[in-house]
Amino acid sequence: MWIYEKKLQYPVRVSSCNPMLAKFLIEQYGGADGELAAALRYLNQRYTIPDKVIGLLTDIGTEEFAHLEMIATMVYKLTKDATPEQMKAAGLDGHYADHDKALFYHNAAGVPFTATYIQAKGDPITDLYEDIAAEEKARATYQWIINLSDDPDLNDGLRFLREREIIHSQRFREAVEILKEEQGKKTIF
Amino acid sequence: MHTHLKTYHPYVSPFDPCKPMVEKTYSTPPHLYIGFQPPNLPQFSPMEALRTGTLWKAFYDPWYSPYEKGNKGVPS
Repeated sequence: MWIYEKKLQYPVRVSSCNPMLAKFLIEQYGGADGELAAALRYLNQRYTIPDKVIGLLTDIGTEEFAHLEMIATMVYKLTKDATPEQMKAAGLDGHYADHDKALFYHNAAGVPFTATYIQAKGDPITDLYEDIAAEEKARATYQWIINLSDDPDLNDGLRFLREREIIHSQRFREAVEILKEEQGKKTIF
Repeated sequence: MHTHLKTYHPYVSPFDPCKPMVEKTYSTPPHLYIGFQPPNLPQFSPMEALRTGTLWKAFYDPWYSPYEKGNKGVPS
């Protein structure tokens, strides 16, 4: 069960009308390493992982939905007042023809979201390594979007999201150490 | 010197079609070096932590675009 707080995790400000940025941001919405894939991956893995790290997956999976909401807000703000002409200029004419201004779970190339993005191997170490890789990929994606963006207010929110990816990666790495159960033990060889 | 932005210099051919980027960079954020978080690390104030995205100063590594106006550069 979840409790919803009707506010964003971090304020989303967009200072320039640049629908082109929405085209890149949608990668983090419905892409393979996006926030939706992350949330579903972690929440789904919880059932087949040792008890010690279930809570971590619940917390991070939940936070990914808060990030998804921020990305959705960014995309919406960037496109809501764009004319069809501006959508076309931004390379979003295909999106406009199919969805008007509605958001849709697809990646920057327009490929719709698929469950194959979500890995669940059932082996705890394998799944956590997958999660670490996913966080690092999301971190890199945010770097490239920040590099593409010239909007300082938008970048402020993206920087926050990138920092969260770093922390999530750190926590997954610690989860691996917990499951290895050698942490802090004196070893004599 | 320790930095969170590493550089390397790829081979440049005399026949490259575009102006070569002689130095390439990649990010190596602080969490790669810390391992299991040790106790009693320095913290940000709660207000700072809400802005930076982390409570822990050791994990703070903001990314700025090299093309961004007012670019503060990537701290290291």
